[in-house]
Amino acid sequence: MIYMFLPAAAFFSAFFILPMCRLFLVGGSGAIGWRAYSVIVTDSNYFNALLATFGVALATTVTTLLIGGLVGVFLQRYRFPGRSFLMAIITLPMAFPGVVIGFMVIMLAGRQGLIGQISMALGGDRLVFAYSFLGLFLGYVYFSLPRTILTIVAAAEKLDPKLEEAARSFGANTWHVVWDVIMPGLKPALISAGAICFATAIGAFGTAFTLATRINVLPMVIYTEFTLSANIAMAAALSFVLGALTWIVLALARSAAGNTVAAAA
Amino acid sequence: MAYRKILFGMQLGLCVLVCVFLILPMGLSVIAGLTNNYFVGLDSGLTLRWVLEVWGGYHDTIFRSVWIALACVFVTLIIGVPAAYVLHRSPQRLARWLEELLVLPIAVPGLATALALIAMYGGWGNLRSSWLFILIGHVLFTLPFMVRSVLAVLGGIDLHTLEEGGASLGANFTQRFFHIVLPNCRQGILAGALMVLTLSMGEFNMTWLLHTPFTKTLPVGLADAYASLRLEVGSAYTLLFFLMIVPLLLLMQAIAQPRQKKFELVEDEVVILLSESAKS
Repeated sequence: MIYMFLPAAAFFSAFFILPMCRLFLVGGSGAIGWRAYSVIVTDSNYFNALLATFGVALATTVTTLLIGGLVGVFLQRYRFPGRSFLMAIITLPMAFPGVVIGFMVIMLAGRQGLIGQISMALGGDRLVFAYSFLGLFLGYVYFSLPRTILTIVAAAEKLDPKLEEAARSFGANTWHVVWDVIMPGLKPALISAGAICFATAIGAFGTAFTLATRINVLPMVIYTEFTLSANIAMAAALSFVLGALTWIVLALARSAAGNTVAAAA
Repeated sequence: MAYRKILFGMQLGLCVLVCVFLILPMGLSVIAGLTNNYFVGLDSGLTLRWVLEVWGGYHDTIFRSVWIALACVFVTLIIGVPAAYVLHRSPQRLARWLEELLVLPIAVPGLATALALIAMYGGWGNLRSSWLFILIGHVLFTLPFMVRSVLAVLGGIDLHTLEEGGASLGANFTQRFFHIVLPNCRQGILAGALMVLTLSMGEFNMTWLLHTPFTKTLPVGLADAYASLRLEVGSAYTLLFFLMIVPLLLLMQAIAQPRQKKFELVEDEVVILLSESAKS
């Protein structure tokens, strides 16, 4: 029976494990040798890019969890006309690649974007922020909201309504119920959704590529090293570090949220 | 009671706001793709000329993407479904460990994977300039989705008893695999195949580094158009992308619904699987 696993194992070893080992070696083969792996914290340019990347990722995660949590629980609780229509809209952008998301941000906040037109119509300046950190943030939120909302909806379905009734019958008010009953129940889902948001925002390339002509986030730095400076070793070292960071975030979340996230990373 | 009504209203408001945020740019983009001059606005008249222009200049990227996506489904079926079956029958610790390895290409940013592939195989004959190079990347990225999707269904049926029944009637392993195992997990195979198709068609991260001028895919063409062509053309191109990807998504949702009653977990699995495509 085990031979049935061999094709997948062979493919995976040849095209992932070996190349990753090679990438690690290439990272240490540049002008500065193995120091390439520490440069990300010692060189202020790279370190600032790392901080910027983390900053955007953190802002995205907090915003997405807050909005996604509220909307997700609401959509699971209430049945009202138009609910399935709203659900359908939320599911729609799920499979959009990052480039398309970037373009969506341009449609909203680009040079010919809606927000600029509205701000002009209101008598102000043309408001254009698609190509700044704010635009990148908007893109990542756009990308992460649908999957976060659907994860929360699925998790809220598993909450036991009896616990809430019990809390209420003991006199807990709405905020107590939210904080002491609903939040703990949603914790695994929140952690796993948050980790995926964060990991996506660290490693996302497509959105940054479409928008971030002037923003130094890590994926863009790697891309620039690779293409413009042809510094393959540095690009390899940085992308290896980026990959490791992303993996660590997901692995930490998995151990924090228990086995329910095992499926989610 | 009034308090609860206000709370309900506020939540509904937020919900609608989120939906507007999600759907509005899509609508704007569709309109821009069909407008003569978006800067002037709808007054300049509706036209199909941008769509035709994109079709004329970029239809090869669309065909190539579809071709690669189909090839990707084929490969993930051939190597992924048997792998899922083995994982299902393996001891739990081993299975978990192997699965963990197998999903690494999702956890690691596509940029890193693509650089690794180039570092390793970039100099190998004509592979670098072949569409097969892109296919390899796509299979790496989509294989876990196929495996997970089949595993989820396998976990919901009592395969052991079914197979035992088959064996007691004299079916050998091959017969059992093709007549018992595969038909029973066809839902998972179908869901997995749709997901692989959708993800492959939209994959950009790896493809942008793996492609050559002769192996441009749809998302690569999109990025080109966004960077260098007028907004209307980018929008028309996006419109074609929507036309291809949205039916797939709706189909995916449709097949996830009826199964919900049979195995409670399945819809969540689809959500989780989709959320794993968390790589823009």
